[in-house]
Amino acid sequence: MSERLWNILLDSFWKIFLPGLKVTIPLTVISFSIALVIATAMAMVQFANIKGLRQIARFYIWIFRGTPLLVQLFVVFYGLPRAGILIDPFPAAVLVFSLNEGAYSAETMRAALEAVPAGQLEAGYCVGMSYLQIMRRIILPQAMRTAFPPLSNSLIAMVKDTSLAANITVTEMFMVTQRIVARTHEPLALYIEVGLIYLLFSTVLTKLQGIGEKKLSTYQKKGE
Amino acid sequence: MLEIKGLKKAFGSLEVLKGVDLKVNQGDVVAILGPSGSGKTTMLRCVNFLEHADGGSLIFDGKEYPFHNISKKDIAAIRQKTAFVFQNYNLFLNKTALHNVTEGLIIGRKMPKTRAEEKARAALEKVGMLDRADYYPHQLSGGQQQRVAIARALATDPEIIYFDEPTSALDPELTGEVLGVMRQLAKEGMTMLVVTHEMGFARNVSNKVVFMENGVVVEEGPSKEFFANPREERTRTFLQNIEQHYE
Repeated sequence: MSERLWNILLDSFWKIFLPGLKVTIPLTVISFSIALVIATAMAMVQFANIKGLRQIARFYIWIFRGTPLLVQLFVVFYGLPRAGILIDPFPAAVLVFSLNEGAYSAETMRAALEAVPAGQLEAGYCVGMSYLQIMRRIILPQAMRTAFPPLSNSLIAMVKDTSLAANITVTEMFMVTQRIVARTHEPLALYIEVGLIYLLFSTVLTKLQGIGEKKLSTYQKKGE
Repeated sequence: MLEIKGLKKAFGSLEVLKGVDLKVNQGDVVAILGPSGSGKTTMLRCVNFLEHADGGSLIFDGKEYPFHNISKKDIAAIRQKTAFVFQNYNLFLNKTALHNVTEGLIIGRKMPKTRAEEKARAALEKVGMLDRADYYPHQLSGGQQQRVAIARALATDPEIIYFDEPTSALDPELTGEVLGVMRQLAKEGMTMLVVTHEMGFARNVSNKVVFMENGVVVEEGPSKEFFANPREERTRTFLQNIEQHYE
């Protein structure tokens, strides 16, 4: 490897890594947290079969699962200004990523809620608890345990998907890399470098998933 | 203290309960017997509103409530005074034995935590499970789980405990420990309504037997009389079949 290329890689590492910490991670964490709230709400109205709200949840999931993430980003960032709605790049990205992920995670949460044995709810009623109390203290904690691995999966996917935000001028890792490539003409080395940085983030999350699963498994049999 | 009048329930076109009448007095231990599909379990589930009955009414503590038209508030109030023990225990899987018992006290009845834990420990001690207070359900055997479930029922000081085939999911070896606890409760005067296949329990512990088939009560009476002198032909066949089974 030539000394020039080595210097470019070394020099660009921090230039890419820093927006990773400052933009990619916050974008992922904020969007995913909002997505979890949306997902839990959407899953619960379906689980409880609340008329009207259930249909709204199905409609929302249908739209956001059925259209490409990139198209959603373009509609919000380049399209909505036509209707007089201007949103800055970062909040626009947060909005789209939360709504998109919320639709997918809603299905994960719904499946997890439905996997909790029906007897848990009945037992809750019989000891004098209300529906909401049983949801909060018995059903949701158990569903969370079931949903944790697939949700971790979604989180890791989202870290990588945030690279799409480059298309709506969010200066995250991938956009910074593209700029450095334009200046240095070293696409192979630099795109591999940014790929490795994404891999680093994903690896950390995978490790955290392992720790999280262990913590949550106190009340479960091994292998369940 | 509890009376069921004309209880009716259908699942689609299948009539499971065709007008069941039943009376339970304070301190009664009533065993409900009958072949599979006779509606015993459905009846018990309707009485605690786990199934929505189509007709009939429940008289509880002197007040009459129509099954098909009872408010959520009344249901909640009645459930505060009753307890249910399930065939497959239904312990809260994410709670330890102790917290399975305290949950209904702290959350359902707003009891202070220290008081609730005191009561829970006393209830666990009674069923011989105090040394397993910090175990999760999956760490306990079926018999132990069912005893915790009974402690959970007891701790709420219910006026009546409903048992839905409490030993049917257990190994024969483990039924003894659960029946032992129930026998103890009966001795102490707890009012119990027990759907069971345990003839020994019906004969020796319960003071009253109700025999159901095809959604109706075929025969009922004091246990001794029921076993010594069944009036109905169908009851005699049922008892004969069971005796053959045990010989």
